[in-house]
Amino acid sequence: MDYNFHWRPVFKALPDLLQAALLTLEVAAISMILGVLIGLGLSLIRIHMKGPVMWLASIWVELARNTPALLQLFFFGFGLGAFGIHFSPYLIVLMGLTFNNAGYLAENFRGGFGAVPDTQIRAARSLGMTAFQTYTRIVIPQVLRIVYYPMTNQMVWAVLMSSLGMLVGFRELSGETQFFASRTFRIFEYFAVTAVIYYIIVKIILGASRLLAMRLFRY
Amino acid sequence: MIEIRDLHKSFGDLLVLKGIDLDVENGEVLSVIGASGSGKSTLLYCINGLEKIQQGKILVDGIDVHGKDTNLNEVRQNLGMVFQQWNSFPHLTVLENVALSPRIVRKFSREQALEIAEKQLRHVGLGDKLSNYPSALSGGQQQRLAIARALAMEPNYMLFDEATSALDPELVGEVLDTMQLLAEEGMTMICVTHEMSFARGVSDRVAFFHQGVIDEIRPPEELFESPESVHLQKFLSKVK
Repeated sequence: MDYNFHWRPVFKALPDLLQAALLTLEVAAISMILGVLIGLGLSLIRIHMKGPVMWLASIWVELARNTPALLQLFFFGFGLGAFGIHFSPYLIVLMGLTFNNAGYLAENFRGGFGAVPDTQIRAARSLGMTAFQTYTRIVIPQVLRIVYYPMTNQMVWAVLMSSLGMLVGFRELSGETQFFASRTFRIFEYFAVTAVIYYIIVKIILGASRLLAMRLFRY
Repeated sequence: MIEIRDLHKSFGDLLVLKGIDLDVENGEVLSVIGASGSGKSTLLYCINGLEKIQQGKILVDGIDVHGKDTNLNEVRQNLGMVFQQWNSFPHLTVLENVALSPRIVRKFSREQALEIAEKQLRHVGLGDKLSNYPSALSGGQQQRLAIARALAMEPNYMLFDEATSALDPELVGEVLDTMQLLAEEGMTMICVTHEMSFARGVSDRVAFFHQGVIDEIRPPEELFESPESVHLQKFLSKVK
């Protein structure tokens, strides 16, 4: 083996890589927040509504779960681009991830809603709570606990999936790494370091989620 | 006063209540007995509007429960309901379980709501469990929690839907004692029950349901000692 490892350029680029890692985390986190809200909406539509609105929600969930995430990203980039609708790489990745997150989370939420017994709703309504109060005070808090760990998984998945962003020109952690690697041809070194950064990010997310769970769910 | 006139209720093709006429006076304790599927529980669900009715009228303090312009959430505050499966809210502490609806439905301040909740919990003997979660409580304690939760709305009426049926035998007594306490305090109660001793000892009148109608309704000593209806005689011979 006659390959000589050169780590110095990687370490010189480390501040830039960490900056890009923050961008990765940012886009993943925002896509998660939006994904939770939209996913909640999609699941409620699929549970309670009939007709065209329900079909649209179902199509969303089906496409998000059953097509490659990369193609979903390409749709918001090149697909809409073909119709003259252009977004910045940041927005393309944000929309792609949000689309995907919402679809997966919608199914998790649907299972969660199914797991809260109807009798809980009856009890709340019998106390004079409105349907809205019943959902926000009784049902959703219980659903959130049921879907908490699937949600954590989705957050991890969003961080890792955001690396696809480099294929639509987004300079998040992978895109930035690719940029430096192609300038110096130290491809292995750069991506090795980047893999470690991804690993650490995911471990931090999992640790934080476990701590949060201990605070949130005392019952 | 609760007034029920010509109440009909069906689930799809299945006619469950076939013309119920019933008045419950303030301060009265009415027990409702009868075989499973005779429509006893459905009656309670119709009274507080958890089930729609097909025909007839139910008036609670003169308010038509199923009227088009009736605010059901307001009516329900006046009708405390206790379920067979106690349905405590698992994500809230015992105190929060009881304080929640006074705060968000009756719009009391947080402090007032907690005060009301604590008072009701002491009333049912759960004063030492305030910060526990329901999962740490026995079935009997959870059912008493459910009673306190309903009482915190300060209803004029309490509806009990087989409140002791899901409990282990040794826990039935504490819940019946709590119900008896309420009865003695003058609460107007409708109790669907399989506890004949409770129906006999505590209630002012007992109604026997058979296939969707009130087959016989009289004070307990008369109803149990000299049942007139053939169906009631058969029913009593089985439960004794």
